[in-house]
Amino acid sequence: MKAKHLLGLLPLGLILFLSGCGQLEMTVLDPKGPVAESQYELIKYSLWFMLGIIVVVFALFTFMLIKYRENRPGRKESDYDPNLHGNTAIEIVWTVIPIVIVILLSIPTVTTLYDLEKSPEPVEGQEAKEPLVIHATTADWKWFFSYPEQDIETVNYLHIPVDRPIEFRLTSADSMTALWIPALGGQKYNMAGMMNKLYLQADEEGIYDGRNSNFNGEGFAAQTFKTHVESEEAFDAWVNDIKTEKPELTKEQYDELLKPGLTGKDAFSSTHLEYINHASSDGMGYVVDNYEELFEEKLHLEEIEKQESFQ
Amino acid sequence: MHITDILVTGEPIIYGAMVSIALVTIAILFLLTYFKKWGWLWREWLTTVDHKKIGIMYILSALVMLFRGGMDALMMRVNLAFPELGFLSSQHYNEIFTTHGTIMIIFMAMPFLIGLMNIIVPLQIGARDFAFPYLNAMSFWSFFIGAMLFNISFVIGGSPDAGWTSYTPLSGAAMSPGPGQNFYLMGLQLSGIGTLATGINLMVTILKMRAPGMKLFHMPIFTWSTLVTCFIIVFAFPILTVALALLTIDRVFGSQFFTLTGEGLPMMWANLFWMWGHPEVYIVILPAFGIFSEVIATFAKKRLFGYSAMVWSMIIIALLSFIVWVHHFFTMGAGAFVNSVFSISTMLIAVPTGVKIFNWLATLYKSKIEFTVPMLWSLAFIPSFILGGVTGVMLGMAAADYQFHNSYFLVAHFHYVLIAGTVFACFAGLVFWYPKMFGHKMNERIGKWAFWLFFAGFHICFFPQYFLGLDGMPRRLFITNIAEWLPLNVISTGGAFLMGVGFVVFVYNVYYSFRYSERETTGDSWNGNGRTLEWATTTPVPYYNFATVPYVDEIDPYVRMKEEGKTTFDESQLKPIHMPSYTGAPIIMMSFLGLASFALVFEWIPVAIFGLVGGLVMMILRSFDYDDGYYVKVDEIKRIERKARGL
Amino acid sequence: MAAEELKTGPLEYRTQEGRMTILGFWIFLGAEVVLFATLFATYAVLFGRTADAPSPMELFEPGTVLVMTFLLLTSSFTCGLAVHEMRRGNKKGLTLWMAVTLALGLGFLGFEIYEFVHYVHEGASLPSSAYWSSFFVLAGTHGLHVTLGIGWATLLLIQISRRGLTNVTSRKFFIISLYWHFLDVIWIFIFTCVYMIGMVI
Repeated sequence: MKAKHLLGLLPLGLILFLSGCGQLEMTVLDPKGPVAESQYELIKYSLWFMLGIIVVVFALFTFMLIKYRENRPGRKESDYDPNLHGNTAIEIVWTVIPIVIVILLSIPTVTTLYDLEKSPEPVEGQEAKEPLVIHATTADWKWFFSYPEQDIETVNYLHIPVDRPIEFRLTSADSMTALWIPALGGQKYNMAGMMNKLYLQADEEGIYDGRNSNFNGEGFAAQTFKTHVESEEAFDAWVNDIKTEKPELTKEQYDELLKPGLTGKDAFSSTHLEYINHASSDGMGYVVDNYEELFEEKLHLEEIEKQESFQ
Repeated sequence: MHITDILVTGEPIIYGAMVSIALVTIAILFLLTYFKKWGWLWREWLTTVDHKKIGIMYILSALVMLFRGGMDALMMRVNLAFPELGFLSSQHYNEIFTTHGTIMIIFMAMPFLIGLMNIIVPLQIGARDFAFPYLNAMSFWSFFIGAMLFNISFVIGGSPDAGWTSYTPLSGAAMSPGPGQNFYLMGLQLSGIGTLATGINLMVTILKMRAPGMKLFHMPIFTWSTLVTCFIIVFAFPILTVALALLTIDRVFGSQFFTLTGEGLPMMWANLFWMWGHPEVYIVILPAFGIFSEVIATFAKKRLFGYSAMVWSMIIIALLSFIVWVHHFFTMGAGAFVNSVFSISTMLIAVPTGVKIFNWLATLYKSKIEFTVPMLWSLAFIPSFILGGVTGVMLGMAAADYQFHNSYFLVAHFHYVLIAGTVFACFAGLVFWYPKMFGHKMNERIGKWAFWLFFAGFHICFFPQYFLGLDGMPRRLFITNIAEWLPLNVISTGGAFLMGVGFVVFVYNVYYSFRYSERETTGDSWNGNGRTLEWATTTPVPYYNFATVPYVDEIDPYVRMKEEGKTTFDESQLKPIHMPSYTGAPIIMMSFLGLASFALVFEWIPVAIFGLVGGLVMMILRSFDYDDGYYVKVDEIKRIERKARGL
Repeated sequence: MAAEELKTGPLEYRTQEGRMTILGFWIFLGAEVVLFATLFATYAVLFGRTADAPSPMELFEPGTVLVMTFLLLTSSFTCGLAVHEMRRGNKKGLTLWMAVTLALGLGFLGFEIYEFVHYVHEGASLPSSAYWSSFFVLAGTHGLHVTLGIGWATLLLIQISRRGLTNVTSRKFFIISLYWHFLDVIWIFIFTCVYMIGMVI
């Protein structure tokens, strides 16, 4: 009957196994900006409580199984009390402890929640920077990033300056999606007829994966983008390049891009914001009104795996 | 309309499925005809109103659905572990994860538990059947036909592909044209009727048909969990009914509830869906808690620790379940205040749940633990469920949830609670009460094999998924296209197949035990350790359950009955027993409604109206039917009881 | 399933079966409350989302709605009288008052259909906008309940005329009276939350 004792140890063994040989560097646990950092801190904080609970329960569980199994050699008469059915004191204790834990978890959760609604605080000693506004719009199955201040727009890739808060304004031209760049912080939904604000910031230059994390049909897996985080100067140079080298985004071109399907990366020296506001109640039905028949056929996107955004 | 417009074509897997469905159907029809079993099937099963038989049919259907949902799962796992095979296309994968989720929750977990409730609850409270046996049969057929309707979408018309949550606007008419989503809507609507009816039925049964003397706080804990579950069903299912109806009207009749045009509000679907969906989670977990409590007390050979705390924590969980639904979409942008409120209410659920865990542990204290198969499933639940529970609390912390949401962390969490909670309980309950249903136990040795395979497979499958989520892998991704995610996915797939093997061994055990297990001679099958009234009946249970209903004024009444040598057969107290007659009306009525639903899927309105009228006519006939059942004579009862008890 | 029959008390409560069925129906009404509450919530959320269709203020007519309310409230009263007659064992009185109830219910339905047709003519139909979808489905669900109630009560009157007042028929009749009063209560909410507010805002 030895095997039974392993019962409780198996999951713990798995933890050890995975953390021991896995060498996993998990994106969420390796934050690259203050937003992801605050969420990581919260996760770490909660993890200590959770591990504590797991250890207590597993220990009690293992103890009970070993001590009170029926055929344990050397069981005593006093080890069995069939009519034991309650103990008010101990029941109060194990009700109060979880309540205390919930309170201890609630406080940082609530404060972090309120913090996330604001632009990230600058690091001590630095002055606060105006957040850079980027409209992130999705249409099946691509991303449009419009920079109203710079008057440029990119398709399926994103450039942001390091150490400056970014204020994403999320909306969608059709299905509900979510902007998620795990290295920089958690997600929020893009919804047609709605505008959601999401603040993120990067503290380290580099290229980070971003994607739509909310399932929205056939091309979902390919609705990804790379986030290029670069110095302020490099960012300005990049903006300049786009402004000088890329054409303006015409309405016809934008309408073509809105059709359901996949497309490669692209950039334009103007934004779609002057044609249509998908976040307004007038603009929310734009794609459905114009392209409803295109949704009729399943698109069977053979090219999905060849898609650049897919690799 | 051309036949190719209706049948799904173009995929080898689907052709394979069509052929096998056709072959199995022909084989069943042939066997029934060859062995001349049609009459038997109709008289004994299709027209039955006996709660025990209906329960068995529920469980059999649920096992078939577990097989279907499990096949879906394995296909997904193959695709994720071997991306270069190109086994499933994106579209096909989307259909499969949708049907997997829907089938497992609606057509597997719920019917399995309702099946166990059907069989056990009347026996536990000393009742002779449900309050409304006819309605009970109707409920079963509405579930069964709804499930079949949903399942044929695989070969006819095309499966739904918008996820089991079916979020709008994706699932609306504009972006998901065709019958797929309609199958989802009508399948769920039809089976939802049955669930609601069962909720009412069981509630009245428990409130009105308890043995004399049995107060609410004398009831066995499984019956308590059923009562609380029924409250949730009655107050949550109408929300689903409305949500499904509104989306159906949107899709079929062009209204604008969840559309992007006409100022519709797609997010309202998510709200309505989860206002039902979260209570639904507790509909499938509370009965599981009840089963574990029964099994643990029985094989610890000890009274359940903290009985009233157990009951009250279930009631509190049920109440809280209605005020946490927003935690399924913290990321919708409702603002910090709303998210804070729902965050705290969500975490509060951990308190009564924690109390229950400690009570189970305390039940083991100073006990004599016997490691039978049902006990193994129940013990395995405690550590496994804790892992799912604590990650649930982490997901409940809204600010952190922004990182967990829509990721494999979430997938791992809900599989941890639903499999370690509900599925383990289904297996525990089925093995535990198997002798009550079939007159013999399941083989213990094979049962242990099945348990260990499934248990190990479960952890190997889902534990790595927590880490995949933390590494940014989103759920519902049809292919593992990022190399770092591949190793853990391969491990996970290995675990899934181990679970599959465990299930196969379990099913083999059904066959093996049918052939070779010793037949039961006493009703108290587990070495005389039964504590509640169901073990006081003989095995097999006579169709009227109790010849005489004992007087009950305590928890675990059968323990004292055994001490005092009392049984449920007191010859001096025998009276004729009133029983309901079998009837074919429920299956016919539900077939009409099934036809109407099928027609609505394809938007053939005249046929739908015909089906609805047919259903109405059946109801009218029922209203004019004054068949009052029949009486079992005292001599008959004496003969049956003496034979069963060897007197 | 106990066969014992009480000798006193209202007929419909004398058997265990009668008591259970009535309790079951009360629970069913609880589920119905949730169903309508969901529809009301949907209506409240979608209020004002009329898109290009006319607004409720332009279309709602106080006259029609007041007549409908009067008809339905009166029918609830006559339904109560019918149950009163049933308790007295007066089959004739019951039939008479129930016939009046059903006539009033039919009148209500007639006005409601007229009202719906009128709105559709004015350009406000089910597909016009989210608001009108929710209006038609909320009011329509109530109307459908009334229709079913009328059909159901008619069947019961036939059964009562054939079988007289027994435990079973009186239980059935008592239940439909509960149902009818329930529809009346729902209508009061529709009247205040939909029509009154719709005419003001």
